[in-house]
Amino acid sequence: MAQPAVQSPKESRVVLSARGLTKTFGAFAAVKDVDLDVRDAQVHALIGPNGAGKTTVFNLLTKFLQPSAGSINLLGTDITRTAPDKVARMGLVRSFQISAVFPHLSVLDNVRTALQRPNNLSTQFWLPVSSLDRLNGRAEELLTAVGLIKERNTIAADLSYGRKRVLEIATTLALDPKVLLLDEPMAGMGQEDIGNVSNIIREVAKERAVLMVEHNLSVVSDICHHVTVLQRGEILAEGDYATVSQDPRVRTAYMGEEEA
Amino acid sequence: MSDAVHTTKQKAELAQSRKTSTSYAVFLLAGFALLLIAPMFFYPIFLMKLLCFALFACAFNLLLGYTGLLSFGHATFFGGAAYFTAHAVKVWGWTPELGVLLGVAGAAVLGLVMGVVAIRRQGIYFAMITLALSQMFFFFCLQSEFTQGEDGIQQVPRGHLFGLIDLSVSTNMYYFVLAVFVIGMVVIWRFINSPFGMILKSIRENEARATSLGYSVARYKLGAFVMSAALAGLAGGLKSLVFQFATLTDVAWQMSGEVILMTLLGGIGTLIGPIFGAGLVVTLQNYLATSDFPVTIITGVVFMVCVLVFRRGIIGEFYASRFGRMLGFEHRH
Ligand SMILES: Nc1ncnc2c1ncn2[C@@H]1O[C@H](COP(=O)(O)OP(=O)(O)O)[C@@H](O)[C@H]1O
Ligand SMILES: [Mg+2]
Repeated sequence: MAQPAVQSPKESRVVLSARGLTKTFGAFAAVKDVDLDVRDAQVHALIGPNGAGKTTVFNLLTKFLQPSAGSINLLGTDITRTAPDKVARMGLVRSFQISAVFPHLSVLDNVRTALQRPNNLSTQFWLPVSSLDRLNGRAEELLTAVGLIKERNTIAADLSYGRKRVLEIATTLALDPKVLLLDEPMAGMGQEDIGNVSNIIREVAKERAVLMVEHNLSVVSDICHHVTVLQRGEILAEGDYATVSQDPRVRTAYMGEEEA
Repeated sequence: MSDAVHTTKQKAELAQSRKTSTSYAVFLLAGFALLLIAPMFFYPIFLMKLLCFALFACAFNLLLGYTGLLSFGHATFFGGAAYFTAHAVKVWGWTPELGVLLGVAGAAVLGLVMGVVAIRRQGIYFAMITLALSQMFFFFCLQSEFTQGEDGIQQVPRGHLFGLIDLSVSTNMYYFVLAVFVIGMVVIWRFINSPFGMILKSIRENEARATSLGYSVARYKLGAFVMSAALAGLAGGLKSLVFQFATLTDVAWQMSGEVILMTLLGGIGTLIGPIFGAGLVVTLQNYLATSDFPVTIITGVVFMVCVLVFRRGIIGEFYASRFGRMLGFEHRH
């Protein structure tokens, strides 16, 4: 596909940016001097071969790892030294490469857990759990939106891998984040869920920024406005999908993988 | 079709959870009834000791079982509160309920201090820091004037509850202890089954995910730590009134070890397991105190056997057993 399926205002503002982002583990530099601009109302793909440093970039941006060098700015605030939970409260919420649900909680409770904080219902140790019932309406709305409502009472551990990832997205959306970081959200999903989640992400990105790691290039070409290619911790190419996929260096890096 | 499957499954789950709560209710009512009439069959002092340690173990389990933190310093809260209560009642002439409340408050403050220092450490480091801090507190108690060093605070008067009910009457004292015990258990139960408790649970399930949802994990853990310390203080303060003394034994590291033992024996992460663990240990100590057997060796052996035979603790095994499952219990681990 030569044109991205979705067009978006090129001039939308930068909500998350990194400059000179670097992370070394001992002598090994997992991420080297990465500059990144994530814009509002856009889906931004971060692609690259395994071990390229994509997850590490996510860990740095969300402050789960402290950068060795460089700076990060979220919505005009420098967050280079901010704690990860604070970053989340500022509106940057991530998912994990390995599905991250609360396995022994029901699907509904997973989403309610996320809703507790914005609704100021997370510190009351004197109230009964039934006080959380007033979150049910919103939680069910979110579950309906992602197509999980039938499984509302299922224990999360009993869901298939793909459905767990869908639950994770619903939980992330519960926080109404300004910027979403999704690490391989479609990995392990069936075709039906891929279509479903693609639509959700497209919908969500109308009023938010999304940065996602994705290996499925047809998904990338379908829903992403901007692509950054990472290789051995460094940015190899950047631009819209059409441009990037024509880049000979990217083609070399992806040799053997899906043809663009 | 899958719809039908789900509704049947959900119905089954609902029925199961009803059965569980019914079984629990029956269990609890029976237990409470037994405790009400127990003084007719056992020495009140033995029962009161048992209740104090049961509460202590449940407070400890709030941290280990429901937060996943192994503290090796809980003697500080138990023994510290014992000193505070004893001092307030004996030296300042406070009524017993106020004395106990002071013990609780003091233990909570100690918990806050220890928690702030230790809470960001994981696993064995957390245990080591709590141990080190509680050893510091031990030496403070050894040196300090108000604890009266090696002697401890002796002959603490039990006083009059609310200035009215004479607690030197042992039946009165027993029902006072029982009431405090029940209040403590209700507090623990509510704490676990609250909005706060839900967040604690999610942290235990997936700490990184809880962080990424914006929860300051350390603060929730600290909250649980302080609550656990305060309840351990409730047990300790009560204990100093029961035995009418507070000594260095209560703040020594062995006391921290003992409560770990009780909790593991009974079953971590079960609400009532630690009660049984405490019952077993206290009963053993009582029997062995009058015999020639060295108490520590016997409890050590019992502990080893229990750990080998009942991996999940006594109550944990019971829940997981066929009979337990028939009654609708299910062990969470
Ligand atoms: N905590 C860590 N310690 C040491 N090396 C790490 C750590 N995390 C990631 N790495 C290394 O950094 C490189 C990039 O990893 P990662 O970011 O997971 O890649 P990707 O997500 O692109 O597949 C890999 O070589 C990996 O082994
Ligand atoms: Mg990765």
